[in-house]
This record gives sequence, structure tokens and C-alpha cells, in this order.
Amino acid sequence: MASYNLKVNGKSVNVNVDDDTPLLWVLRDELNLVGTKFGCGIAQCGACTVHLDGVAVRSCSLPVSSLEGSNITTIEGLAKDELHPVQEAWKELDVPQCGYCQAGQMMTASSFLKDNPNPSSEDIRNAMNGNLCRCASYNRIEKAVALAAKKMS
Amino acid sequence: MENQNKITFSRRSFIRTSALASGGILIGFNFFTSCKEAAVPPVDVSQLNFNDFNAFIKIADNGYVTIFSPNPEIGQGVKTSMPMIIAEELDVPWEHVSVEQGALDTNNFTRQVAGGSQSIRFGWDALRQTGATAKQMLVNAAAAKWGIEASSCSASNGVITSPTGETLGYGDVVNDAAQLEVPENVTLKATKDYKIIGKDAVNVDIDKIITGKPLFGLDYKAEGMTYVSVMRPPAFGQKISSFDDTNAKAINGVSDVVQFGDKIAVLASNTWAAMKGKKALDVQWTNDGTLESTADHDKKLNAILDGNQLDIRREDGNVKKAFAEADQVLERTYESPFLPHNCMEPMNFYANVTADKVHLVGPIQTPAGTARRIANLIDRDEKDIHLEMTRMGGGFGRRLYGDFALEAAEISNITKQAVKVVFSREDDMAAGIYRPAIKYRIAASLKDGKVTGYHLKEAAINNNMYGLIPHFFPAGAIDNYKVETGNYRSNITTGAWRAPYTNFLAYAEQSFFDELAELLEVDAVQLRLDLLKNVKDGQDPDIQYSAKRMTDTIKLAAEKSNWGKTREGVYQGFAAYYSHNTHVAEVVDITLKNGYPSVEKVTVAVDCGIVVNPTGAKNQVEGGVIDGIGHAMYGDFSFDKGKPQDVNFNTYRLIRMRETPTVHTYFVENDLSPTGLGEPGLPPAGGALANAIKAATGQLLLKQPFMSVLKKYETNLKV
Repeated sequence: MASYNLKVNGKSVNVNVDDDTPLLWVLRDELNLVGTKFGCGIAQCGACTVHLDGVAVRSCSLPVSSLEGSNITTIEGLAKDELHPVQEAWKELDVPQCGYCQAGQMMTASSFLKDNPNPSSEDIRNAMNGNLCRCASYNRIEKAVALAAKKMS
Repeated sequence: MENQNKITFSRRSFIRTSALASGGILIGFNFFTSCKEAAVPPVDVSQLNFNDFNAFIKIADNGYVTIFSPNPEIGQGVKTSMPMIIAEELDVPWEHVSVEQGALDTNNFTRQVAGGSQSIRFGWDALRQTGATAKQMLVNAAAAKWGIEASSCSASNGVITSPTGETLGYGDVVNDAAQLEVPENVTLKATKDYKIIGKDAVNVDIDKIITGKPLFGLDYKAEGMTYVSVMRPPAFGQKISSFDDTNAKAINGVSDVVQFGDKIAVLASNTWAAMKGKKALDVQWTNDGTLESTADHDKKLNAILDGNQLDIRREDGNVKKAFAEADQVLERTYESPFLPHNCMEPMNFYANVTADKVHLVGPIQTPAGTARRIANLIDRDEKDIHLEMTRMGGGFGRRLYGDFALEAAEISNITKQAVKVVFSREDDMAAGIYRPAIKYRIAASLKDGKVTGYHLKEAAINNNMYGLIPHFFPAGAIDNYKVETGNYRSNITTGAWRAPYTNFLAYAEQSFFDELAELLEVDAVQLRLDLLKNVKDGQDPDIQYSAKRMTDTIKLAAEKSNWGKTREGVYQGFAAYYSHNTHVAEVVDITLKNGYPSVEKVTVAVDCGIVVNPTGAKNQVEGGVIDGIGHAMYGDFSFDKGKPQDVNFNTYRLIRMRETPTVHTYFVENDLSPTGLGEPGLPPAGGALANAIKAATGQLLLKQPFMSVLKKYETNLKV
């Protein structure tokens, strides 16, 4: 067990966990931020996607020991004073079915749009390819990313 | 599952009311059974009893409406669509309605299950009657206040209006209404007057989903809860010989290791420690039955198809004679593998077994049956069991089975601790209750340009097609018709998987009809339409599909897809299927990229009667179609000596966005009672895709997943 200082959603937090504990379980079990989901544990499904210094990463495969001092944003911190355009678009287009994977989808989308404010349909499909949706709400995810891009421009 | 069967709907005095202590009225109602004689809704909403009523409506004294529904939500949208139906007849603005998931204690609740796309179909009449009855009570109360005839008043948008233009809000009269008798006969709205049904309503949980609020079973926490990872036999047919838990117990956070049956529970203070503890167990396994492999299943299923030990499920005319007199016979055998469900939220459940009660929380499609099984398992009275349902991160049939809830209850009962069992993805995929491997052999006899005979054999693992499936199309369309089934009993656990049996049967049959059309030299769509002309609706009580509705659905799909008139380089495949009381026709458009099929578009026509919530309905259809295409293309799951060969998404392939076509959904417009949509979009998708690939490449696809055959084309793509 060791003590780690992290910055999560703008707040400094300290956790006492084993050094190999993945960020995912630190968020869910220690910090009670359960919006970040567990799907596969091997960085294949994207349900656990968060932002690490603004970049989308798979929290299930990031040991806490590598994160000292990093800035982490989770779905709970995506909205600032109002909803992020990605969240607005997700709501407007009624994207979720079961909803379980959607936090990861939105974290991937928001990170992607920051670097690609004006994506083509192909760009969106490539960017979102790493996030599984078992309900297959893919058509709406694709449309929502495009709508969010429009909202952000 | 009764969903493919006939349903008799009886209804009498299914509504009771009480005045709430806090003001307002509470209405308890049952979906399709009457209330027990003594059942009365409580005066306090914290005391809702779902043994007496299936659901409750509270109308507060500000006129706002809360619907307490315990019907499970697995992503199929009933938590939004069922309240819409009540709100429509009650005639309140949708914005004034909120929905709460009720906890469940149940012995009698017969329809609190999500499965078989039946929630809306069962609920339609009862939900409308309940809303209309509540509205009538409010109108009666207002009329009494004004001293006039209720029939002279009208109500709309939560406001009652007298003939002279006076108005009272629902909230103004709700306390008076609570004192009135429940009216027996109420008038339902005409469909043309609908204001909520038929308009898009966004998922009622949307704000919580997009902001990451706790909603799902995996998100549930209780004070002092211990996390549990369970080691189960790695292969079907194995049991524990011995184990050493020294290393597991040495892991930080691991508090206990407990054997129960042929499983070992590792208890820990957090999920990661529990998972690590499980990996650190040193277990010796021994064989306890046959260790089956996919190659064995192939042989067994082929032997069933080749043999004569099948059960006849429907037989019309004289199939033998038709084949003997045929000009030509076409026979094909179609094969499919086992499939895991792979809900994105892995199986999990919370249990706290104490001396005075058993508290269970988690994602489950069959709460009543699961509560009963747990009571039996740990020898407790059913009335001690308190089960709360959470939102489910997908179901697809997997959460019909409560194995994970039973595990949690058993571990809590042994350890006397509050526990949360969490499956890893590997646990979830390897301890599945799989869609069984199935083979179909279909033969047709042709004479003078007509299909004269049809003979289908099913060889499946553990169980066979159920209910009225043997009476689906083409039953009734071909004079000499026979369906036979046989099964092989395996120790691999199998169960329902989205659209059970039809998920694969539809592909086999609809691919077969495509080939028949080629042999007969008729257009594939026209062949279906011609065959449907032979069907007389309503003549055979076992035949529940409607030739008229199917014909209209097929024509709509053909029209919207520009069937037969696409631009060069686009190849189309067609399939139509009736399942779960809904008629669906689909056209898949593909192109070839370096010779490799790329699925571009799917045009879907659906007749599900009245569409309650179009945005939710389209979401279900889009998901079902893409799910059908994904599993037909990629879903492959095999066993070697009892052991699943894939346990995570690095080797088990699910469809991803780049492989996803655009789905265009069109609904046949009519005033018929609504039917479900969770499943019916899926079955035709694989058949339509196989037919499109055949049109493009000439490649006949007799086996799922199609990738097992299409790999050769994919190689071209990579250069």
C-alpha cells in the first residue's frame, strides 16, 4: 500500500492503495466516481475511458503508480457550469439504450473533438472504433459526435 | 418464455386507490390480473407493496404525477414508453410526469420480467385503462365540486374544464378524487387524439446517464460491503480437487477465501484486490463428466439431422409425396456456433443475508423467479427476501438467469457479510449461459415452377425451438410442410439469447428462400409475396403472423430501399421475418472494397402496431439490426475439452463502429395494438446480409460467423 496524490476533476485527492491498482478501481471503489465503467479490464472496449491531461485513455490499464500529479477528468467532471456539447448532443439525439458504455463513448468523443473540431464522417468512425456498444447505438453515436462538433464550432 | 405463445388477457377490477397521508392520491393497478380482494394501496409511498399491485401512480396535490414501476429496464426503453401510455390517457403534460423504479417483493407478480419483447404488448390495455380511470375520477371530483354532470366536463393537459369555461387543475381536486369510488367503465382516447403516444420522448434516465450518476448494479454500494471475485471451474465438466489459498490471502485487502460447491469466493475490501486474490489461488481441478469440444458437437448435431429420432412439431399435407413427385429438390444445412451474451456491464449482484431479512440488489431480468430460487437455496421464507432492481447494462437474455444473484446470496449466507459479487469479463464470458450451437437442414421440393414441399429439421444443444415458432412462415404458405426437432444434451449451460432460436433460424430460412427464388427464376421479394398469397389470415389459430401485415411490411421495405433499382456496384439482399408478434422486412446494401464486402445500409420496415415512442422504437430497431449483422459476421465461440476458447474482447470479436451500416427505419402506419421491439429487428438481419453477399460475390454462406468464410476476401483488403 502506498499513498498517491491525484488531481481528479479539478480537485486534489489522496488515496491509499496498492501501486498496481488500475485508475479505474481507484475512481470507482476509492473515490466513489462510478460513472467510469468496467467492461473488459484489458483496454479493448473503451467503457473505462477518462481524460489524462486532456487525452482519452483507458483507465482499466493505467496503474495508479504512473499517475502521480496527473490531471484526470472523468464523466462526472466533463460538464463544467453547463453540459459539455457532447453531452448535449447525446441527449438531443437520445443516444443511449442501456447506457452503460456511453460515459466512455462521450469521453472518447470529447477528447477527439478537441483535436479535430471539424471531423469527416470517416474521422468520426475511426476515432470511435475503439469503443464497443453492445446495444449497437453506433448510428446515433456517430450522429451525436457530428452534432457536438457543430455545437462547438 | 411464453412470448411466442397465444395470450389470453383477462381484466376485472384491477385498480384500487387510497388517499395519501401527505396529500394526493395513490393508485395501485395490475397489468392483466385482477387485484386480490383485500389489496389496498398504502397511505405512504414508502410502503408500496408490489405483491398486491404491479405498479402505482401518485398524483400529488400540485397535479404532478409519479409512476412507480418495477418493470426492469435493460435498455429496451420500457421505463419511458410504458409511462407515456399512462400519461396519454391521464392527459397530463409529459413534463409533469416522473418515473421511479420500484423495489420488488414478489410472490405473485407474473409479468415483472423483461424478455421476449412483451412488456408493451402486455401493458397496453391495462396502462391505458389505468390512465383513463384516474382521469375520470379527477373529472368526477371536479364535477361534484361544481355540482354538475361529469359528462359535461372535459379534461386535458392536467386541467378540467366545465361547460361554462371554469377550470380546475388535477391538483385542486385530487384529494376529493381520492375519496371517490373507482369508476367501472371509462372511455379510451381515439388514436387520432394522441398527444404523447407517437411523439419522441427522450429516455427518462438520460440526464443521469450522460453525467455518470450511479444507476447500474455495478454502481451500487452499501456500508461495510465486501467485494467478491469467484473462481469457477475453467471447463464445463470439471470440479475442484483441492486448492491452496496461501498466496491469495497474502494479497493486501483480501479478507477471506471461502469454498462453496465447486466454486471459491475471494472476499476483499476492493474489486481489484478480490480479482488479484482470485488469480493467486492455486486450484487443482478434476474431471466430473465429459469435457465436450465443438468438434464433438458438430458430429452429434449432424447425426441428429441424419437420423430418424426427431420430434414432429408441425406437419401439413404429405411432404414425402411432394418430394417424391418433385422436378427438383434443394437441400441445405446451416450451422451456427454457441454465442455468449457479452452485456457491457458484467454480471454482478449484491446480497446481505441477515437473521431478519435477505437484501438483494442488482441487475436482473427475472426478479420474482430469482427471489424464489434464492429463498429455496438458503432455506428462507420468501417474505424475507427483498430484491431491488437496478438499471441493467444490457441483458440480451443473460440476465434472465439469476446464477450470479444466487452466488451472492450463498456467499453472504455462508460468510454473514454484505457482499457484492463482480464478474470480470473473463468470468462473464467463460461462465455463460450461451446461445446454443444449432444446425438446420432445410429441403424444398419444386414442381412446375412452384414450391410444393418444405421440410425443416432442427438439431440443437439442450433445447429446441419453443412455442409457436414451428408455425411461423412458411407454415400456411406451402401445402406440404413439416418441421422436426431433436436435441443433444450437453453439460454446457445454454439459454435464451436475444430472439431465441429465431436469431439463427431466420437467417437459415431466409437464405434458403433466396436460393429458391434463383432456382425458380423469380425475384426474391416477389417469391415471398407470392407465397404469402397462399396464407389465409385467421384460419389456423397456431399461425399468428399475418400475411396481410407481412405483405405490407415487405412492400414498404422494397419501396424505401429502391429494391432492384440501385446504382452500379451496390448489391442488395432481402429478408423478412415475423417474431415476437412484430413483422419486419429488411434490405441490406453492400459494396465491395477490394473484393471485400462492406455493409453500407440497411433499410428496415416494421409493423409493430402503434409506435408509442418513435425515437425509442427506432433505437431498438437500429440496435437489433446492427447486433444481428455483427453476430452473423463475427460471433464465434467454441469449446475445447469443455473450455471456452475466447474469454475477452481481444480475441472475441464484436461489431464496431467502422463495420456498422446506416440503418433506415420505416414503420407501417396503423391503429393496431403495439407489439415489442427489443428483439424483432435482429432475426432478419443475418439473412438479408448473407443474401447481399451472395449477390455481390456469388459466395453462398451456410455457416455463421460469415467471417469464417469471408477471411479470404479480407486478405485482399489488407494489401
